[in-house]
Amino acid sequence: MELTLGPVAYHWSAEKRRAFYARIAEEAPVSTVYLGEVICSKRAPFFERDLPDTIDRLTRTGKRVVLCTLAEVMLKRERQATAELAETDAFEIEINNAAGLLARGPRPHRIGPFLNAYNEATIAWLAGQGATHVCLPTEMPGPAVAAAAQAARAAGLGVEVQVFGRAPLAVSARCYHARAHNRTKDNCQFVCEADPDGMPLATRDGEPILRVNGIQTQSESYVELLAELAELSEMGVTHARLLPQDVDMVAVANIFDAVLSGRTGVAEARLRLAAVCKDAAFSNGFFHGHAGYRHIERRSANA
Amino acid sequence: MTGTTDFSQAGELVCPAGTPAALRTAVDAGADSIYCGFRNATNARNFPGLNFTPEELEASVAHAHARGAKVLLALNTYPPAGKVDLWREAAAQGVRAGVDAFIVADMGVARHIAETHPGARLHLSVQAAAPSPEAIRYYCSHFGVQRVVLPRILTIPEIRQIKREIPCEIETFIFGNHGLMVEGRCSLTNWLTGLSTNMDGVCSPAADVTYERDADGAMRSCLAGFTIDRFGPDETAGYPTICKGRYTAPHRPDGYYAFEEPVSLNLARLLPDLMEAGVHAFKIEGRQRSKSYVRQVVSAFRHAVDEIRAGATPDLADLAALTEGQKETQGAFRTKKWR
Repeated sequence: MELTLGPVAYHWSAEKRRAFYARIAEEAPVSTVYLGEVICSKRAPFFERDLPDTIDRLTRTGKRVVLCTLAEVMLKRERQATAELAETDAFEIEINNAAGLLARGPRPHRIGPFLNAYNEATIAWLAGQGATHVCLPTEMPGPAVAAAAQAARAAGLGVEVQVFGRAPLAVSARCYHARAHNRTKDNCQFVCEADPDGMPLATRDGEPILRVNGIQTQSESYVELLAELAELSEMGVTHARLLPQDVDMVAVANIFDAVLSGRTGVAEARLRLAAVCKDAAFSNGFFHGHAGYRHIERRSANA
Repeated sequence: MTGTTDFSQAGELVCPAGTPAALRTAVDAGADSIYCGFRNATNARNFPGLNFTPEELEASVAHAHARGAKVLLALNTYPPAGKVDLWREAAAQGVRAGVDAFIVADMGVARHIAETHPGARLHLSVQAAAPSPEAIRYYCSHFGVQRVVLPRILTIPEIRQIKREIPCEIETFIFGNHGLMVEGRCSLTNWLTGLSTNMDGVCSPAADVTYERDADGAMRSCLAGFTIDRFGPDETAGYPTICKGRYTAPHRPDGYYAFEEPVSLNLARLLPDLMEAGVHAFKIEGRQRSKSYVRQVVSAFRHAVDEIRAGATPDLADLAALTEGQKETQGAFRTKKWR
């Protein structure tokens, strides 16, 4: 199973992003890096300015680059951006919206986690339409992941599952970052840039619960499937996705790589991960068919 | 299944039914069509005590057809891998019962019905999250979708523009619960409860709801033990729907409606504009509602649509009283500022 780095969900400053990808290119043990603004079309111009340099930097160190479409495509600029990306031949693309599927037609493409490929019937359909790789929705439980992976492999597709990072829980047409600051999406003034790991929401009795990232709602805790990596691999999952958080992602990738290669046990890896992600709580409930926020301990954790 | 004649007259009133009795009530109150689902995960209102057995559906379709009304079967959840047969069997049962259309979201389900039951009429559920002409055309060209239920995130000018670029009918929600997240793309309930809106058809389930009284007299409404909102002694405690709770943020220490206030959608006043923009069918939310609610709301909108068709201005003052917490919104439909 290979490690991949998903797209940055947040509105990081240009300097922060440049520094981030420079280190990923040189140091992170990931085979594939997904690039692109997936959440908010207003942010896209900031990202695109640096895109050629970022691609160049990553490909020079041997990373495979995949460009991602927006999750939500509604406005004219979003429709246009999706249509343009669908014309890309130089790089693979990951499609997150049916508008992208229409534009891409039968040419090869990857299916993103926002496209709701939950089952073998949908995966078979998409495979017949040119899909080469599918990233499953984060909320899928283990048995469904296994059945979906089997179907995808039978159709010759790569199969990817998120193993690290905040769970993407919802998108909306409304920007909750703007709303929190009594603004609207159209006059947001990019207030989301102040929260590089999302804006924390807590319950009124003080329990951290969710994160706001523009139009997206994420989990407070990070998904962490260290103990499940071996099982995922046995199921036929070919790629494990790390979602970028505002922590040392090179260190995170190294920890997952160490477990994948058998150099480190799960228990030690968890201690190291907790040290890298200082304030984070970890969850694996979705995979185990429980409430997503929970962390299920399993007997094989130290195996 | 549907023949070659038009499915309905523009201004079709699409009404909810959580039980056979509610379906009969909706028919009597003037519904042009009624949507409903089976008692399982194949539809997005998989609530205890709601929905139809195959036998009930068959009898209900016969009842509706005898009175000139149509029945639309919601198969609008996403089957998790390994469980697709439940959706396929539901489609076969729907065909046997004689339903007039299937409301679908999952591509695998849509393809299955299009191939296995080629005469069946497909409507694209709001759960498919298709708010662009391109996304809608994708489902029309591949699966023969004949109607799209638009997400509640578009303004009327945007709907008018979409209508010009798609080959199918448009249905929009006009009344009832106002979901904030893009439908079919929300795992909030699964995160807190372990039941998925997409895979299980469950949203903020009642079985996980508790109300806790604090020492200071405040009431907390909770979902799976999480405080979704906290109400002072003079406030009415609301249902803990995750996207309608109050939360704190670093610069909002007192708690605020981070997503939306507990308001209901009411587009009564926009009906003429929606019809003019090319909306073919109006959908009333609320399969979980009582018969008396269905009767009141459907009758009022029946009257309104008939008035508009006759060129008159409808009076809908009574409908405001039915909305959740007595507060209503026109949501995204009236202005981009909603976003």
